Parts: sequence; C-alpha cells; structure tokens
Amino acid sequence: MSFVLQNLPYAYDALEPYIDAKTMEIHHDKHHAAYTTNLNTALQGSTSEGKTIEEILSNISTLPVAVRNNGGGFFNHNLYWDVMAPGGAKLPEGDLLKAIDNAFGSYQNFKEAFTKAALTRFGSGWAWLVKQGDSLVISSTPNQDNPLMDMAEVKGTPILGVDVWEHAYYLKYQNRRPDYVDAFLNVVNWDEVARRFKG
Amino acid sequence: MSFTLPSLPYAIDALEPYISAKTLEFHHGKHHQAYVTNLNNLIVGTEFENADLETIIKKSEGGIFNNGAQVFNHTFYFEQFSATPAAEPTGALKETIEAAFGSLDAFKEAFNKAAATQFGSGWAWLIKDLSGKLSIVQTSNAGCPLRSGFTPLLTCDVWEHAYYLDKQNLRPAYIADFWKVVDWKVVEGRF
Ligand SMILES: [Fe+2]
Ligand SMILES: [Fe+2]
Repeated sequence: MSFVLQNLPYAYDALEPYIDAKTMEIHHDKHHAAYTTNLNTALQGSTSEGKTIEEILSNISTLPVAVRNNGGGFFNHNLYWDVMAPGGAKLPEGDLLKAIDNAFGSYQNFKEAFTKAALTRFGSGWAWLVKQGDSLVISSTPNQDNPLMDMAEVKGTPILGVDVWEHAYYLKYQNRRPDYVDAFLNVVNWDEVARRFKG
Repeated sequence: MSFTLPSLPYAIDALEPYISAKTLEFHHGKHHQAYVTNLNNLIVGTEFENADLETIIKKSEGGIFNNGAQVFNHTFYFEQFSATPAAEPTGALKETIEAAFGSLDAFKEAFNKAAATQFGSGWAWLIKDLSGKLSIVQTSNAGCPLRSGFTPLLTCDVWEHAYYLDKQNLRPAYIADFWKVVDWKVVEGRF
C-alpha cells in the first residue's frame, strides 16, 4: 500500500482573499504531491511499508532522513488543508475554548502566542497547537518535523498547524510573514480543530 | 558598529531574465535589508556592539548569529553576479577545480546536487578549506562557512524567497539560471 495525495477539501480559490488560488494550486499539486511521491519512494521495500503515517512518525528517529522529511511533509500538509475552510466556526467554542482559556488565559492570548511561534521560526517550518492529554501547548518545528515525531522537543497530537515555509505565502505576501499568519487565522476551521481535540 | 546595506553592484534588472528585477527588489531591498536592520538592533548593549561581521559570525549564537550570517551570505551572493559575467573560470582556479572535481562540468553537477538537495532553507557553497582544498558544502538556514574557518568562493541561496516569484517550486530551474549570471572573475578574485 502506498500513500495517496488527498484532494483539497475545497476549491483552489475557496480561501481567497486570505490565501490565493495560485498558491493553493502549486502548494497542493506540486509541493504536497512531491512529498507524497518521495515518501512512497523512500519507503519502497522497507519494513515501514504498510504502516500508518502516525506509526512511521512515532519511530522517525530510527528511519532514513528522506522518510522524516517527506513523511512529515505528507502528514503536515494533510493537516494544514483540513484545518482551513471557507466556512465553519470562525472561533473556538465549547470544550476547546475552555481548554484554550485554561492554557493561555484567553483566545486573544492564544492568538498572540501562536503568531509569535510562527513568526520566530527562523527558516522553514511550522507552528503548532498541540494536545497533551487534556491540556494544550504551542510549539514550532523546523522544516517538516512535527510533534508526532519521537525526537520532537514538544511531543503530542497536533490539532492546528500553520506552514511557514516561504512557499506557503511568497506569491501573495512575499517577505510579509506576519500578514500571512494573520490571514491564516481568518480561515481556520475551528470545527475541525475541535474534532481533533476530542480525538 | 552599525552595519549598512551595500548597494547592488548592478542595476535591479541587470540579471533579467534569469533573476527578475522583482525578485531582487524583495531579496535585496526587503530580506537583506531586514537582516541588516535586525542585526543593528540586536547587537545594541551586547559584547558584539563593536564587533566586525566575521567576529559576530564566528562567536555569536541565536538571533545575532542568524542575522549577522545572513548579512554576510547575501552580500557575498549578490556580489558574485554580473550582467556581463565571465562564463568560465580561468588560470589557477580552473586548474584547481579540475583537479578537485575532474572537470568544470563535474563540479557544476556536484554543486547543483548540493543546492537541489539542501532540504528547507539554506545555501550551497564552493569553499576552500584550511589545507587549501576545494569542496562543496551545504548549510541550513543562516549557516556560513566562515564559522568553520573555511574560505567561501561561490554560493547559491536556496531559501525559497530567492526563486519563488520566478520559478515557484522549480528549484532546479533556478539553479540552472543561476549559472548564467555567475561572474567567474569575482570567484577568481576570492580564490
Ligand atoms: Fe508547505
Ligand atoms: Fe536570501
């Protein structure tokens, strides 16, 4: 069994004007597609073939760097597409909001801390909202690493992630990463984040 | 000391169609400028306030290193291009490259591979090591060969901002065009 590139759960232009159609098309059809193909190539004939992506990531320190880079890229982009949407809840609610209030004091404080993690990640990487038991923390990882990897500094289940590789925003925002992160927070699908929080 | 952004040694559109004016406007005017500004702000009140760039690159950590090394790396990168480049090395540099890599083509192939396979943001370099031997190295993010005591001769910026407006995901197409504007006279001067 090999990994398959999922279709975007909405049209390329569904997140306009926050994330433009051209960026979505290249990001999904080229970057995510390449991670998927390269992951399958890296796994071919290895003992990891047939395992779930979560199983693979949880043992990533024992596997070749091509599996780490492309397996991370495959998983992270799946999550990224799913936690954005043109509609859905625009703010966290219910149990998830309670957990955010407990961990950060308020949604506003969460937003500031998450934005800071995204802006201070030097080079390519991701910022995450991570579930640890019933509680939440924010982290960031370099390149295509993520909190499911056994060598991650902050381990847990990522329930929200923002891609801060320049390819995620350069066509529309160029050097203005803060504008992109701000735009991203306008298209977060909080229903999906809540679903992942419930687990 | 306070650092200033060096001007580009050519017109903003001089490297067209290989590297666009729009790319250089952002890359030099925004990214390189931001590294200079950040560095000047970060060193205030630290032991590096009066240090030169090489000392900063060799001794500092964290944000001061990242911005200091990126100031050097970008100055070094922009200076090696020309609208009327010498297309090939000559003399001692040519001989040394052939001795080290077999031929100029074999060197370029190895350099291209280093540039294409640097995962994430970073740089590919041709360097001279402490024994005078040439080799190709990759650095991630702000990594800089001066830190290891090497003499850098040539570099390719493979942060996505270096090529995304022109080539998007096609990094190999950017690397192929990079060679069209490398001025080997500058590289020989460094050698
Ligand atoms: Fe991405
Ligand atoms: Fe750059």
